[in-house]
Amino acid sequence: MLTFEGVGYTQDAFSLQADFTVPIGARVAVIGPSGGGKSTLLNLVTGFLTPTQGRVLWAGFDLAGTAPGARPISILFQDNNLFPHLTVAQNVGLGLRADLRLTEAQRQQIETVLARVDLAGLGARKPAALSGGQMSRVALARMLLQAKPLVLLDEPFSALGPALRDEMLDLVADLMTETGATLLMVSHNPEDAKRITQSVVLVGDGVAHAPVETGEIFANPPAALRAYLG
Amino acid sequence: MAERAFKIIPIIGAGAGATLLLLALILGPLGALFWRAEGVAALGAADWAAVRFTVLQATLSAAISVVLAVPVARALARRQFFGRGALITLLGAPFILPVMVAVMGLLAVFGRGGAISAMLGWLGLPPVHIYGLHGVVLAHVFFNLPLATRLILQGWLAIPSERFRLVASLNITGRDVGRILERPMLRDVLPGAFMVVFLICLTSFAVALALGGGPKATTVELAIYQAFRFDFDLGRAALLAMVQFGMGAAAAAVMLWVAVPTMMGAGLGRTVERLDAPNAWWDGLLLCVMSLFLVAPLAMIIVDGLPNLFSLPASVYSAAGRSLSVALLSMTTAVILALTIALMVVRLKRGALLVESIGYLVLAASPLVVGAGLFIVLFPVADPVALALPITALVNAMMSLPFALRTLVPAVRDIEASFGRLADSLQMTGWVRLRLVLWPRLRRPLGFSAGLAAALSMGDLGVIALFSDPDSATLPLQMYRLMATYRMDQAAGAAVLLLGLSLSLFWIFDRGGRADADL
Repeated sequence: MLTFEGVGYTQDAFSLQADFTVPIGARVAVIGPSGGGKSTLLNLVTGFLTPTQGRVLWAGFDLAGTAPGARPISILFQDNNLFPHLTVAQNVGLGLRADLRLTEAQRQQIETVLARVDLAGLGARKPAALSGGQMSRVALARMLLQAKPLVLLDEPFSALGPALRDEMLDLVADLMTETGATLLMVSHNPEDAKRITQSVVLVGDGVAHAPVETGEIFANPPAALRAYLG
Repeated sequence: MAERAFKIIPIIGAGAGATLLLLALILGPLGALFWRAEGVAALGAADWAAVRFTVLQATLSAAISVVLAVPVARALARRQFFGRGALITLLGAPFILPVMVAVMGLLAVFGRGGAISAMLGWLGLPPVHIYGLHGVVLAHVFFNLPLATRLILQGWLAIPSERFRLVASLNITGRDVGRILERPMLRDVLPGAFMVVFLICLTSFAVALALGGGPKATTVELAIYQAFRFDFDLGRAALLAMVQFGMGAAAAAVMLWVAVPTMMGAGLGRTVERLDAPNAWWDGLLLCVMSLFLVAPLAMIIVDGLPNLFSLPASVYSAAGRSLSVALLSMTTAVILALTIALMVVRLKRGALLVESIGYLVLAASPLVVGAGLFIVLFPVADPVALALPITALVNAMMSLPFALRTLVPAVRDIEASFGRLADSLQMTGWVRLRLVLWPRLRRPLGFSAGLAAALSMGDLGVIALFSDPDSATLPLQMYRLMATYRMDQAAGAAVLLLGLSLSLFWIFDRGGRADADL
């Protein structure tokens, strides 16, 4: 269970408040206008930002003081999710060991997850030799190997076309079901949220609201969401 | 983006260590010199003459370089022609050109037995004299006119093309364009360019050693060398070193006030969109004369030296071997220092200021001052002559540090901005981050910095002249000795060898960084 316990973050004129919990295994969309604080909310969980008040807890354990990489979290950023100078297999292998000193069994594991995301045999390529969709799959394969219980997506598929994006979202949904991980996904697009999430956190006017069931929030949008959806 | 929640302590420690080592290298010797010096009263008339000559030649060199650079830069800014890119690259070449090679080339063109004197001879006129003030200034202009041109060209290209279009649409032409657009730019750029050249000429030693000398044309650096080498008057050398450092520090302080353009500017590929640019023939003529001024001395050296390249005395080849090892040691030291400082600096709030301060401090601390100070420090505990080569390598590394930092700091900053979070999220820290993230992506700037450091060290004639005995000469020093004993054919051969080695070192490391770089 992910808990925002009276969390506040203030920098200059910007501020964000969050006070809610996300149950284990939930798939949650984070929606709201740009600059509203969606990425800030994610960064407070990952540890790239430190709350100015309150605590962020995972399974009752305060995350403060734990470095981003040591948190029970895998993250996919908007871009730069792969190192261009490393091969696909190396990029995926980073999910197992940051120093890439891999055993034979681990190499086998890499082959297996690459096959799972339909990239069998492409391990020796560099990212530059892949399509946008394939790059996303590599990042997802690494996420699988990391096997962390909380997955954060900061619009990693926003550069893909609609069909490819849907394909990636479906793959994410499948992987979440397989692993039982909890998902927090930032999105601009209500369709993305409807496609794979069960609830929505609306972020705007300095507040990240408690999650509301996805079908319900789009059927009866609150004023802030109506303004955003237009 | 707010502050990083997690800082990487060992890297900060290593960088701070490298910075402290650097400060100790600059300030330690200075302290030793201060301790040895016996008060300003001890400066004699000859010393004051050296101070006056130093300031005079640096002022003249900087003024002439900058004034000549303005029309050349304007011609380059507004003309697009075949070979323009090559010419701009050529303007960067004097930076890694060994000073003694250039001096040798200038002698071949402007010297008593040179091409110009020969032509004057056909007309029944006396030969020109290159030694003394005008020789020193000529050599400094040779080195710094291209640098000043590049700095000013950057200023021209920084004027947005929309402004030129606006001016054209308002039917403003000719001199008025200059008044509205170009003069304000020059007002911003020229003081900085002048100060850069002034500071370089203030601390230049090898040119004064080769072309100056005598009571009328001795710089402070040269006086330090003479006090040290010939009179072994440590007190006077120390005093002069203090004077030199004071002048450098004063110039550096002025530079913190004027905006100084970056010396490693890239992106000079485009031209400004000038809708009015008369006198194409004048621009063409200017660029031809400029190219000839740069190329002719080098061409003369190659023609004179190439036949002797393989029949040089054994001492020249062994000096070349020593120079190579000094260059490689110096390069390694410079790159390690620069990399540790760069890794630290990008994590600091006011890192840019630190880099700039280090740069000016190093430029102000002349190599001879540092060398003389180290001599005094080491004299009681070790034989400085035995340490001549390692000390030379260390001082050379220090001198190329500002340039390495200017290349590496933006590169590291870029990598951290693009991939820092990804690396953090995968727990790639310390050595792993260095090996898997930074090293592969830094290969290009590291290769360039390494090539620059190696070439600068290879061609340097400075500290080594203070320490060396005949058995530990570097190639530039050996070449100078051949010149001083009028074995000009052999000196020309050594010059070609030195030129070839310097350019090869730069090329090899710069290429090495580019090869197979998947970026």
